[in-house]
Amino acid sequence: MQTLYRIKKDITMNDIAIKVENLSKRYRIGLQEKMHNTLFATLSSWAKSPLSNFKDLRKLTSFNEEDGEDIIWAIKNISFDVRAGEVVGIIGKNGSGKSTLLKILSEITDPTSGRAMINGRVSSLLEVGTGFHPELTGRENIYLNGTILGMTKHEVDTKFDEIVDFSGIEKFIDTPAKRYSSGMRVRLAFAVAAHLEPEILLVDEVLSVGDAEFQQKCLDKMSEVTTSGRTVLYVSHNMPSIEALCHRALLLEKGQLTFSGTAAETVSHYLGKKILSSQSHTDLSDHPHREAKTSSLLKSLKLLNSRNEGTNSFKQGENIIFELELSARNHILKTPDILISILDNTERIICQFSSEFMSDETFDIVDKKNLQCLWNACPLKPGTYSIELIVKKFGKKLDHITDVTAFEITHGDFYHNEKLGEIKGSFLPGGKWKLNLPV
Amino acid sequence: MKKIIESKKGLQFIDWKELFLYRHLFFFLVWRDVKIRYKQTILGFTWAIIKPLFSMIIFSIVFGKMAKVSSDGLPYPIFSYAALVPWTYFSTAMVGSTNSLVGNNMLSKIYFPRLVIPAIPVLAYLVDFVIAFSLLGVLMIYFGIAPNYNIIFLPLLILLMIFTASGIGMWLSSLAIQYRDVKFATTFLTQLLMYAAPVVWPASMIPEKYRIIYGFYPIAGVIEGFRSALLGTNPMPWDLIIPGAISSVVLWITGAIYFKYKERIFADVV
Repeated sequence: MQTLYRIKKDITMNDIAIKVENLSKRYRIGLQEKMHNTLFATLSSWAKSPLSNFKDLRKLTSFNEEDGEDIIWAIKNISFDVRAGEVVGIIGKNGSGKSTLLKILSEITDPTSGRAMINGRVSSLLEVGTGFHPELTGRENIYLNGTILGMTKHEVDTKFDEIVDFSGIEKFIDTPAKRYSSGMRVRLAFAVAAHLEPEILLVDEVLSVGDAEFQQKCLDKMSEVTTSGRTVLYVSHNMPSIEALCHRALLLEKGQLTFSGTAAETVSHYLGKKILSSQSHTDLSDHPHREAKTSSLLKSLKLLNSRNEGTNSFKQGENIIFELELSARNHILKTPDILISILDNTERIICQFSSEFMSDETFDIVDKKNLQCLWNACPLKPGTYSIELIVKKFGKKLDHITDVTAFEITHGDFYHNEKLGEIKGSFLPGGKWKLNLPV
Repeated sequence: MKKIIESKKGLQFIDWKELFLYRHLFFFLVWRDVKIRYKQTILGFTWAIIKPLFSMIIFSIVFGKMAKVSSDGLPYPIFSYAALVPWTYFSTAMVGSTNSLVGNNMLSKIYFPRLVIPAIPVLAYLVDFVIAFSLLGVLMIYFGIAPNYNIIFLPLLILLMIFTASGIGMWLSSLAIQYRDVKFATTFLTQLLMYAAPVVWPASMIPEKYRIIYGFYPIAGVIEGFRSALLGTNPMPWDLIIPGAISSVVLWITGAIYFKYKERIFADVV
């Protein structure tokens, strides 16, 4: 099989595997509910509602030029080529159109305009375990999921032992999947997906599941796939994996292709842009990443260093001060929990600063409120990090903004001893060695 | 293998070649449907018999004994059970098919010919049909009724029954995914359709001049055909079956076209 792919690779190396031309897709975002404030209006709208509901539901499938407001272009005029055997990463913020692009290329949804040409057998992996049924055993689910992903029964037969072996759940292969832990289910599902042998593979963010050991196994498998001459389009938030696996990467922003280059170039462009576009002072009253249906309590965020200067760049070991301005109009908000989350470039939360956990003070938010959170001697590794803010009360999210702003950490003298050099791990631990204990 | 992906415009018909490529998937999805249907039930596949059997008992009491509805000279239990076997299949397959697309999370995750989905219950419920049918054999022995030569047409009637369920399934499932009203309507529509079909009463009650028009209700011919082939009271009712087959074909072709027309939006509205 391997040699077969290699031969194929030589023949088709310069061929185009995927050609995308001016691809666009529009969606209608939610049908808006109308509010009525009189009984008569409510009754008359109820009487008219079948007709208007019908019109609304029809709109799901038809678009007029008039209704510009509730239409969004998930992707707009995207063009690129992927040569056979190339591994191309796609990066971008949530909602930038990455998944929509993969859905169009996997024929799950139609583009609105433009076209794409695909040359080869495609498998798409937008979710691990599509079609898994809890009542079926592991064995049955392997066959089911395998055929759903495009294998024939014969192919599953020949790879069955390998799949079971990879998943590491031999013992439970004849147990219904509902008795599996979620980790086991994911392993089994990924094991099936990992044994696909298409010419073109479209992968969406599926490696972010499972424990660290299994993730490493998946990444190893992915790099095996990517070196076997297959064409891969790989969407991820995990920048290191993009850099490790992909030859090239595309950056999508608000549905448009804004950068294309080697994986390293694109990633650093993306992260650099994140830093460049982020300021030490962020106005939050109209933030684009505010989750829907939350009120705007958060007004602004300032990042300060220990000299009280606004900045987005800190050295390891430096103090970071988060200064927040909040305001609750019309009511008093008593001691909510304010959460500042720090995310790394794989969009994983590294840590959270919770006002509830870290402080016993009570406070009211009335008209305007300023508060500060101090991060003593930041131990993070050099890199780019982003911030997410949540205001909670009784477990209910009152305000939530993702990807508020970004900051970077550069090499610094964390241990105050002027020693430089690389230490492995995701953060620098504090603490102390005692190197001369009495015998 | 080159493929062009672009916005599909206009009407299309079924891509048989593609469907053939996905036959393994189809087979496994039908198998899954059969396999999980009665999981974690005590009675398992006995449920396939219970529904028509208890309907038969109630109908025999209410319509046979109390209302004294004609049963073409047959014992009422077997008269109604012979109709309930195809009817139960038809109604469950229709409801299953209607609800097959709504909430189906595979639609937005993987590509395969969407036509497979409403066809799954149509095939999967055949297992129930066979089980219910075997009880019909037992009842025939009990009542001492032997099938006549018309039984050679039985496969044809079964095909017409499957074909009709499949055609209606394509229509209703693609309507239901956009207009959820359909889901509520079908539950009670099946009630109405049952009384419109010659299940509790014989088609011989229909005035002669309306018979052909009535025949355009496709399941009527199937039910009366079953009675004729197995119980042998009346000759094979071709005057019902032929119009039924015509409307079934029309339903199926228009259903397939409508389904193919709507299928491009399924992933966006599911």
